[in-house]
Amino acid sequence: MPSESAFTLRAVDQERAGRRTLSGVDLDLPRREVVALVGPSGAGKTSLIRLLNRLDDPVAGTIAFDGTAIDDVPIRELRRRVGFVFQTPVMFTGTVRSNLETAVALAANGRQLPDVAEGLRLAGLDDSFLNRDADRLSGGERQRVSLARALMTAPEVLLLDEPTSALDPEVAEQLMLTVRRLADDVGVTIIMVTHRLEEARSASTHLVLLEAGRVIESGRTSVMFSSPNEERTRGYLLGRDRLS
Amino acid sequence: MNHGTMSGLIDLSWVDLALASALVLVAIGLSQWQRLGLARGFVIGAVRAVVQLTIVGYVLAFLFATRRWYLVVLALLVMLVAATKTATDRQRSPVGSISAITGLAMLVGTGLTLAYVDGVVLRLHPWYDPQYVIPLFGMIVGNAMNGAALAAERLTSEMELRRGEVEAYLALGASPARAAAEPVRRALTAALIPAVNGLMVVGLVALPGMMTGQILAGSSPNLAVRYQIMVAFMLAGAVAITSTAMVLWYRRRFFTPAEQLVVRAEV
Repeated sequence: MPSESAFTLRAVDQERAGRRTLSGVDLDLPRREVVALVGPSGAGKTSLIRLLNRLDDPVAGTIAFDGTAIDDVPIRELRRRVGFVFQTPVMFTGTVRSNLETAVALAANGRQLPDVAEGLRLAGLDDSFLNRDADRLSGGERQRVSLARALMTAPEVLLLDEPTSALDPEVAEQLMLTVRRLADDVGVTIIMVTHRLEEARSASTHLVLLEAGRVIESGRTSVMFSSPNEERTRGYLLGRDRLS
Repeated sequence: MNHGTMSGLIDLSWVDLALASALVLVAIGLSQWQRLGLARGFVIGAVRAVVQLTIVGYVLAFLFATRRWYLVVLALLVMLVAATKTATDRQRSPVGSISAITGLAMLVGTGLTLAYVDGVVLRLHPWYDPQYVIPLFGMIVGNAMNGAALAAERLTSEMELRRGEVEAYLALGASPARAAAEPVRRALTAALIPAVNGLMVVGLVALPGMMTGQILAGSSPNLAVRYQIMVAFMLAGAVAITSTAMVLWYRRRFFTPAEQLVVRAEV
């Protein structure tokens, strides 16, 4: 039976620097959706998505990717199929083009990959950026280049760790439109961490609320915002909504 | 005073050395006068210098007299271990002790260099001739030690500074070697620049100790210079091999078998 979930987590515990960051996480993250992980800071959101392309391994529990135990997928293949966009974009030395070509060179093993101009377009930049020095771009442009770079390996899933946290609200909103379009037009599964509830509400189709390393509730975004099962979900999503 | 000569060199008696110690007394007096608090250090240092060098003198005399290959090799290993300890003592590594890889890198770098100089350049008979092997190895080890220490220190700081970049590469499916290529390149450059500079300024800024010694011992300046050129090449090779081995082995420590960046234990 083909897996409906991109990722399935069972009883996952994680620690970082001796501190428990995730406790007994059971979660199914649906494929071909935009999943937002929300929760107060220190809830374990970043710890969780770092497990999904194995930048870290959990201390206990199991994770399946596409129905296969995640450690049975060759690590470099997993990371090409599951891209990661960091909170603070890191540009490799050189032009935008060389940044993207680096990713292509890493992924090119007979697979059909997008060309660099196409990747850039998907990330919402036109090809006049190709010859720009990557170090001289604005924060929003850098985040789009790192999005394009992650797309160059033709991933099935993109993990975004607070991609808009360093951006102005208007720039952030534009980036979210791009992300949403990627899911709708290209069919990439998006799993993103955000602390902006408004962003989660408008961009995501599926929502996971984490608190102190535990999953409070997981479900369709519209349902979670309108009639959540848990009182704490209501308190967080509706109470905090005014503040953020 | 007895100034009889031996092999062209003026004999230096213990009485002469007592006269030379007046120069350390000057240093002690000056540091007392300026309240540097270094007088005690000078006294202890002077005594240690006398004791250590005297012991070394006896050890060398013994090695030269016995001429046994295994004693010479043992002496080389003691030098190597002492240098490894010096190179790692001040190191603070986020990923565990690095004595083993430092020792191994130095063994490879210094061993290959000495073997080449011994067997190919000088063609020593016997191959373990202590008069050549021990002083040459002393120079090789000293330089390799500095190279290894510099390389390790720089790789540690570059990996910490660039962890975002390293993880960005890993996240794209890059190998650890590719992900750490820039930190490795920078660490190696830092380790090798002194070797390049050494070649550049030799004879201009300072007359090298070995050449000075040879000339004092009555050797012709031209022969002394040719030896010194060989030494300069030898040291460049030793530092390059040692630093490269050091960096490549040390790099692996920063990654788990699953190609994850090792998290620095928070202090």
